[in-house]
Amino acid sequence: MTAPLPKSGADAATWDRVALVDLLDRVLTTGVVISGEVTLSIADVDLVYVSVHALVSSVRAGGPGPVPLRGARP
Amino acid sequence: MASLTAGTGVWVYAICADIDDGRLSGVVGVDREPVRAVRAAGLTAVVGSVPLTEFGEEGLPRNLNDLARLESIARAHHRVVEIVADHGPAVPTRLATVYQDTDRIAGMLARRHDDFIAALGRVARRREWGVKVYGDRPEPATAVTPPLGASPGSPGAGTAYLRDRRQQLADRDVSHRTALAAAEAVHADLSGHAVAARRHRPQDPQLRGESRWMVLNGAYLVDDDIAEAFAAAVAACADRYRDVTIESTGPWPPYSFADIEDDADLTQGPP
Repeated sequence: MTAPLPKSGADAATWDRVALVDLLDRVLTTGVVISGEVTLSIADVDLVYVSVHALVSSVRAGGPGPVPLRGARP
Repeated sequence: MASLTAGTGVWVYAICADIDDGRLSGVVGVDREPVRAVRAAGLTAVVGSVPLTEFGEEGLPRNLNDLARLESIARAHHRVVEIVADHGPAVPTRLATVYQDTDRIAGMLARRHDDFIAALGRVARRREWGVKVYGDRPEPATAVTPPLGASPGSPGAGTAYLRDRRQQLADRDVSHRTALAAAEAVHADLSGHAVAARRHRPQDPQLRGESRWMVLNGAYLVDDDIAEAFAAAVAACADRYRDVTIESTGPWPPYSFADIEDDADLTQGPP
């Protein structure tokens, strides 16, 4: 019953990081958007990506301190 | 909307025809809450109750801007979607679809019943595969590295630099055109093995921690019966187009093919 997971072979750490980007591609930009009674949804996926970008870059650079984010709200 | 900052909301993971409650036993969601089935109109929404302080209008943007939280939420959402999709046809819900209560979800299931039935029919016994194609060079916008060892002051250095740079740009141009052509060919070939195909926006190389230029970020809805043939087609493309790198992911639940808006447009449009 259980489908094979896309994990075979790849180095786990690399796989996890790469897979997160693939996963965000799907959960953030696809999947059914239900209109009408929806009370909350991501209005601006690009903005989330901008934030993710800043965060990932910061993590990679290993820089300490808070991450300068483009504010989600004015 | 103003009330969606406190209290409890209901996070929707996926819509399916039905699912045994036993399959959801012990399954937890984005807040480690137990997930459950909400049934109405012959359909089932798999949901979990979440605090709106964390998943409401104010909490959610904060959490999605925290990479660790975003990853944890995305993975938890995906885990539940996979469990539902392993059980039978499922329409995954976009991340962060939160309702005030289950009555509203039941109303939504009833109202969009025909759309969901059609969408479930489209994805039944099919799964999504991702195929990415990379050119071997950085993106075109990337600056050309000045040649090493060229001393700016030496005679002819400027001319040599310009000549090398021109050649570099020409090579890069050819390389990019080759990669783009390969992407088109791969997408056309794989689309022939799929019941539906979509091209997502290419991923930012920096997000992936690499410099290769993504020229295709494709998603293919493939009959389970021919999944092996599809994998063989991907391998054949990798053999054939040696100037690019091809990677595949999956199988995924049918995230990229869960759109019901087309159906809504059809029913509302002219006959």
